[in-house]
Amino acid sequence: MADTTDTTTDEPRENDHEAPGPDDDVAAAVLGAFAGSVFVRSHGQPVVYVARGSFADVARYLRDEQQFSMLIDVTAVDHLLDGVRYSPPGVALERFEVVANYLSHVRNRRLRVICEVPAAEPSVPSLTPVFPGANFPERETFDMFGIAFEGHPDLTRILMPDDWEGHPLRKDFPVAKVPVTFKGDPSPR
Amino acid sequence: MTDTHHPDTSLQRQTDEGAQELVPRTRELVMTGGVWPEDTLGDTMIINMGPQHPSTHGVLRLMMELDGEEVLRIKPVIGYLHTGMEKTGEDLNYVQGTTNVTRMDYASNFSNELVFSLAVERLLDIDVPPRAAWIRMMMVELGRMASHLLFQATNGMDIGAVSMMLYGWREREECLRLFETITGLRMNCNYIRPGGVAADLPPGWRDHVLKVCDTVEAGVHEYDELLSDNPIWLERTVNVGVITTEECLAHSITGPILRSTGFAWDLRKAQPYLPYDEVEWDVVYASNGDVYDRYRIRLFEILESAKIVRQIVEKMPPGDFRVQDKKITPPPRARIDESMEALIHHFKLFTEGFKVPSGETYVAVESPRGEIGCYLVSDGSARPVRMHIRGPSFYNLQSITPMGGGSLVADAVAIVSSIDPIMGEVDR
Repeated sequence: MADTTDTTTDEPRENDHEAPGPDDDVAAAVLGAFAGSVFVRSHGQPVVYVARGSFADVARYLRDEQQFSMLIDVTAVDHLLDGVRYSPPGVALERFEVVANYLSHVRNRRLRVICEVPAAEPSVPSLTPVFPGANFPERETFDMFGIAFEGHPDLTRILMPDDWEGHPLRKDFPVAKVPVTFKGDPSPR
Repeated sequence: MTDTHHPDTSLQRQTDEGAQELVPRTRELVMTGGVWPEDTLGDTMIINMGPQHPSTHGVLRLMMELDGEEVLRIKPVIGYLHTGMEKTGEDLNYVQGTTNVTRMDYASNFSNELVFSLAVERLLDIDVPPRAAWIRMMMVELGRMASHLLFQATNGMDIGAVSMMLYGWREREECLRLFETITGLRMNCNYIRPGGVAADLPPGWRDHVLKVCDTVEAGVHEYDELLSDNPIWLERTVNVGVITTEECLAHSITGPILRSTGFAWDLRKAQPYLPYDEVEWDVVYASNGDVYDRYRIRLFEILESAKIVRQIVEKMPPGDFRVQDKKITPPPRARIDESMEALIHHFKLFTEGFKVPSGETYVAVESPRGEIGCYLVSDGSARPVRMHIRGPSFYNLQSITPMGGGSLVADAVAIVSSIDPIMGEVDR
């Protein structure tokens, strides 16, 4: 439907994990518009690390200036217990990463935007004013990682019960250490 | 065989860009009574549909604000089937990972296994042999047929054509029998694995696959005759739950819902991953964006999948069904009986798994419900740091809000059904 000459799927895989050097014009434009951003080609896919404060601004820039019509996914990663953590040069790593995948239908290409989020202040600007579709995934990320999205209209738990304590996908949340509880049944037999 | 079983194509237009446009159908206004009295009280009521309602496809709960019979607002409440599969995924090694993801979208498990395997293979920088890729493509397309047949069954039941439930399941059963023959399991097959597929195709698979294609195409013809011109069916579906392309893009909605708005976007065509560019098929789309279009798109996609499967049967290349890399692939079963080293190799591979270089990647494929993606982060060990599945149903459920506002309660059931959500994938 669009020109398929520069899809990410056809990229050669030789230059994986190289030092930044934007060979992708969208990534180059993002780097020009947002100072301090870092470009990485990760297994053939363009990735841009941006400052936490400009997370939503990048989304607006991609939508309005670069024809990125859809926000595909928002999620997060907890790097607390990593063995060998991949560290792109020029990025100040923090415990959490919030990851947003964008898709441009017209230009038929993808871009991944990642911002580092410190454990001391886990919050990023919400993408919901730009892409309303970020509603559910941001709620899920909040629920699972405890990362707040400033400006989200309804930032509540989505998968876990409302009175749940802790955030299950954090690495310090133990697996299978949760006592089984039955709400409204105070006398266990 | 196929030609005689194709449905009526008068409502269909072949474009010159490899797509089929379904010509929209207009509905004549039917007046069935006088004007309703004005609601003098003006108060609204909030009711919950689900999480156990039979029309909600599992444990979906809908909060609806009603004014009489009219739905003013509608909000999906999810999480009732949350089993922490992404957390589990961090505890399983890459060999075991597919047993986990195959249980997410349980109606089309091959897409889940495929997207996870492709992500692992991208981190490993390996390519599977051609035969493995073609087997994968065949299984994914058969899975799409089975999934859309399930949709036809449940959609028919939800809207009131209860006999459709039996017909849809009848044809789907043939697909599941085929899965059992090829993979050993009817559902949650765990057949597509990192490095290839679990086993080669059994003897006589060609005849069995073609027989299933014949049965399914005959079934689709029957559904088309039963429903597509049925006045009751049209009354329930045409211009119900309308959504626009702009709303779909804004709400991250993919798959048949996006294609029903006149936007012919299919990842198999736009960003081909398996040898989809080596087979002839069309993207099916329509332009009304209503329940009827979504029903009809899925109906025609079954035929397109059958078309792909028939070509695969002809073109299936010989060779290995999994990559010959001893780090990833277990030794053949016969070797284990005669070689101590093979036994140790097998044991270590299935207990410790294989190590994947540190890195991160996102891989997306077109599942029957839309774009399913896998975001995989590795730290160089045998278990992923993060295994996130972008479930299309999870995002598509957000379309209830724009589609359901202003509809009637009975239409809300039709709308939920037309989204075709699989709660295992929504809640993960």
